[in-house]
Amino acid sequence: MADIISTVEFNYSGELLATGDKGGRVVIFQREQESKNRPLSRGEYNVYSTFQSHEPEFDYLKSLEIEEKINKIRWLPQQNAAHFLLSTNDKTIKLWKISERDKRAEGYNLKDEDGRLRDPFRITTLRVPVLMPMDLMVEASPRRIFANAHTYHINSISVNSDHETYLSADDLRINLWHLEITDRSFNIVDIKPANMEELTEVITAAECHPHQCNVFVYSSSKGTIRLCDMRAAALCDRHSKFFEEPEDPSSRSFFSEIISSISDVKFSHSGRYMMTRDYLSVKVWDLNMENRPVETYQVHEYLRSKLCSLYENDCIFDKFECCWNGSDSAIMTGSYNNFFRMFDRNTRRDITLEASRENSKPRAMLKPRKVCTGGKRKKDEISVDSLDFNKKILHTAWHPKENVIAVAATNNLYIFQDKIN
Amino acid sequence: MKPWPAVCPSNCSVRPLAPSPAQLAAWLQSQHTELSTFTHCNLAPSGRGAAPLIQHPASKHAYVAHHQRTEVTRVLGCHSCCRIDMFSKGTKRKFSDDGDEISDESLAGAQVSSSYSLQRQSLLDMSLIKLQLCHMLVEPNLCRSVLIANTVRQIQEEMTHDGTWQVVTETFCGGSQSPSERLVATEVLCRSREQDAEPKLFSVLSYEGCREEEVVTDETLCSVSVSDTASDVCLSESARHCWERDEFVEVDRDDEACESSRLGPGDDDDDDDNDDDEVDEEEESSRVDPKTMGQVFGTFEIKNSAPGPDSALEELFSDVDASYYDLDTMLTGIQSAPKMGPYDLLDSLAPSHGPPSIGSPSNCRSDLNELDHIMEIIVGS
Repeated sequence: MADIISTVEFNYSGELLATGDKGGRVVIFQREQESKNRPLSRGEYNVYSTFQSHEPEFDYLKSLEIEEKINKIRWLPQQNAAHFLLSTNDKTIKLWKISERDKRAEGYNLKDEDGRLRDPFRITTLRVPVLMPMDLMVEASPRRIFANAHTYHINSISVNSDHETYLSADDLRINLWHLEITDRSFNIVDIKPANMEELTEVITAAECHPHQCNVFVYSSSKGTIRLCDMRAAALCDRHSKFFEEPEDPSSRSFFSEIISSISDVKFSHSGRYMMTRDYLSVKVWDLNMENRPVETYQVHEYLRSKLCSLYENDCIFDKFECCWNGSDSAIMTGSYNNFFRMFDRNTRRDITLEASRENSKPRAMLKPRKVCTGGKRKKDEISVDSLDFNKKILHTAWHPKENVIAVAATNNLYIFQDKIN
Repeated sequence: MKPWPAVCPSNCSVRPLAPSPAQLAAWLQSQHTELSTFTHCNLAPSGRGAAPLIQHPASKHAYVAHHQRTEVTRVLGCHSCCRIDMFSKGTKRKFSDDGDEISDESLAGAQVSSSYSLQRQSLLDMSLIKLQLCHMLVEPNLCRSVLIANTVRQIQEEMTHDGTWQVVTETFCGGSQSPSERLVATEVLCRSREQDAEPKLFSVLSYEGCREEEVVTDETLCSVSVSDTASDVCLSESARHCWERDEFVEVDRDDEACESSRLGPGDDDDDDDNDDDEVDEEEESSRVDPKTMGQVFGTFEIKNSAPGPDSALEELFSDVDASYYDLDTMLTGIQSAPKMGPYDLLDSLAPSHGPPSIGSPSNCRSDLNELDHIMEIIVGS
């Protein structure tokens, strides 16, 4: 029984796609190699490995459950035949090694094929064990467990460009880890006030710069992004850059702060830009300009008049993610009613697509969708009031090199790719 | 609904909001009759965030969920047919209540502002309910809690600016102080405080032995949340002055007097409504964290002073025992018992009226005794 997918991530080559779910499981898909024998299965992703990453825990001190839900998965760059990924729930980060085994040794001297020990006196000759092919077995084993470093819920992990360290961020703190060391981490950001009753802002996301291993950013619930340089000080409470767009006073309401809260921040592959997702829009920032974003894309502006209802049913707190394509020319993010949106930065065109079973026959083209915001509803348009707010697409991922996207719609994973004629 | 009756001796050195058990019992008795009409109206599909409570039309002290679903949705702008430009001040609405074609400007203004107040009040109630509905099994989402708390603060700030934010202290003050006396006290307190150059946070409600938190504000990290430019002025001024919590209460009381006079004579019909609004907001305010009133600047710098033993840290839902209902506790989900806010009390006293969506009656009842006990200790009787 499939569980709600809570994170989706391609690895560096795009060959593997990892998903984490609410039940603490990780499912890894692998892309089929193109082969002349099966031309139709070009580029299909099939299940490669499934394992239980996190189990539910009970914090006896606070009498609270620690959810096993996987909040984030991040792949490590591949260095040998095995694959490594970091997966985290609210409190604990684990480094998993995924390795293949497709051969086994046969012809041992001291034991039989079924493992029984041979009588040493019966052994008259020596033989060299031979590696024989076997059915592919994919094993996942936890190699490191990074625990007890976060009082609050972990919302982000990000592997550094040095491939040796990574950061983990919770609501109030960011820690820097070395991948080899599990009993120590360095606290690099701490925004916890001395008096918790004065807390007004939390960390919502954090990411390492893709090329500069000393730079990272973190976003806040007040719609601000801080860029920090780890060379400046051990504790990066003072930012190097502070990104905030001035508020439009004409659109101020009691919900202004909530909808300005940033749910995701992602550097572009080039490292020159970063993208932030707040409740209604996606913004692209030039790292050299702090006072406003260079591009703003409205995801579902028609929801602005519904903020009160969305506040009431808690949808206003949904955390949507966003992602870049490999060349940074397009960005994608999710919406409600199983809609997701893609924006082309060069042509400024945008498209709304739907991830649903009815509309997703294999190899069928996706039809663009449109939400009717008022007045006469055209055929095929959907009115705002008939949107299903329980069907939300929070997690999407884009292949690092090709136009293949993975979209998580509650407990279904959809993989779409460009049609090649 | 009336909060815990506030005790305010003339020297204001005793925590004013902790009633004696006898007073509490009397209050509970008075509530019981009014709560017989309490019903629930849950609009949220997820089950979270029950319908906002608005004042009972018949009694200004009862807080009930609106009986008619459609009216509530219209107020909140949730109903698809009624697109209301929510919470934007100054929206003119067609005044359809009486037959006059040309609406009296002040009357229409009062109508608009009272409906705005109503909507704002609904949002405040909804926010408080959301904060109270903590997931008992899993730690609540800190980001969500902080955002809701900030929303509550914004509403409070605006209410203060409007002059509709009041603390009910008169009831038990016995009217011993004349207005002029209170004004003098204000001035004296203000002068002595101004000698400190540091900006201080201010709190609305009095607390025994309150010391203002000293904070170092970092310009780059400051974020001011205000509703309009007028609020800007109000709040920045207050940052320069050093408000003693008592004096702020005093000033507000005068504001209230001015406020009611501003509404003009033509508002006789709406007096009850407005009074109810104001009284409700008064009552509401005393339940809500007054410390949030001072949270104009968000800052993450290390605080210089440690909070005193009875620091002026009014909780969001309880004005009985700050340490018991610690905001930290609430935000990090450490709860051994449900909070005894007014809504919980409603629930516990009127269990027969629909499924309770806030807390659970049995927990609240046992906590009632505990609460009684705690208040005895506090009041020292």
